[in-house]
Amino acid sequence: MPERRGRPMDKQAGRKLLGPCAIIFAAAKTGSWRLERPETDAGRCVRCGICARYCPVGTITVHKEGAAPVEIDWRYCKGCGICVNECPKKCMELVPERGEG
Amino acid sequence: MYKIAVKTDSLVTPGINACQGCALELIMRNVLDVLGRDTVLIIPPGCSAMFSGSGIESGVKVAGIQGNLENSAAIACGVARGFKNQGNTHTKVVAFTGDGGTVDIGLQALSGAMERNENILYICYDNEAYMNTGVQGSSSTPAGAATTTTTPAGKLGRSKDLMRIVMAHDVPYAASAFVANLPDLRRKVRRAGDTQGTSVLHIHSPCPTGWGYHSSKSIELAMEAVQSGAWLLFEFAEGRLQLNREPGKLGEIDAYVNGQKRFRGFTQAQREQLKKDIITRYRTMNAGMQT
Repeated sequence: MPERRGRPMDKQAGRKLLGPCAIIFAAAKTGSWRLERPETDAGRCVRCGICARYCPVGTITVHKEGAAPVEIDWRYCKGCGICVNECPKKCMELVPERGEG
Repeated sequence: MYKIAVKTDSLVTPGINACQGCALELIMRNVLDVLGRDTVLIIPPGCSAMFSGSGIESGVKVAGIQGNLENSAAIACGVARGFKNQGNTHTKVVAFTGDGGTVDIGLQALSGAMERNENILYICYDNEAYMNTGVQGSSSTPAGAATTTTTPAGKLGRSKDLMRIVMAHDVPYAASAFVANLPDLRRKVRRAGDTQGTSVLHIHSPCPTGWGYHSSKSIELAMEAVQSGAWLLFEFAEGRLQLNREPGKLGEIDAYVNGQKRFRGFTQAQREQLKKDIITRYRTMNAGMQT
């Protein structure tokens, strides 16, 4: 039977999938939505990890060691500012994006 | 068969088309993080449908099905019964729906599932309106909040109390949670996941787009809601109701209400009424604890 659009064939198992079925785990490049980006003052950061815990996108990694404590995946950060608002040390701030990123 | 196009440790993709500052995304990440891979997600149309994806792309690594608004609980029951017949006792069946799909449209299916005590976990994230279709009012919308289907002065009636309906069914476990205390939310998800029988979680989900506030204030507003008593945190297990956190400033809703544009047409009389309703609900819940 020919493969129909939206009904991909599972060739290994020899089964046909019924109905529209998601077969790819993908991500949208939500970083392009960002109008402002969070920036960290590394000197005042105590590496508590609260920004990472509350980031809805899960893009923040807080390193226990190293010069840059907060690493943000700019491909997906939407620039919502929750990390900035929740930072207990108030060492993050939103700065406007200037076309890059 | 399932192609992983993005590398991530999480079960949820990093690039979800949720609005900036959406609390739902945070809830979904934590729920799946706790429940793990051995989960089946039943998602109705709505904001959460972003996770079941569009076309051949999905936003989660777990199996799932997107049903209709009215039958999320019924589909979950079917899947759970299927697993039971196969002798599968480990896979958790989770219905993840919004307030419209729970309090308005899906209520009878949920009621039936709770009555039969099916082995499912039902999660309702409550953003207090139909946000995905453009902020139409639901029965969960609080009194005085403006939506596109209420009067500009806000909703005239009161909101429906989902958890008291759930508790009337005597489910094994039910709890309400919010996003400003994630360890508490994760503990409740874990306990609900371990419960045999129907467990229901009601999670407060601030919505920057529909409520009209800056996207950075989601967690702050959730905290205000709990502090003022507009959202009560409690657990209901084995017929006993337990309040998790006393509202620090019961009835002082000004900080919560003034921060949101949906309450801009709020009159003084409405404000007093909402305060009174919040205090009455708190007292009713407290009385329920003592009996």
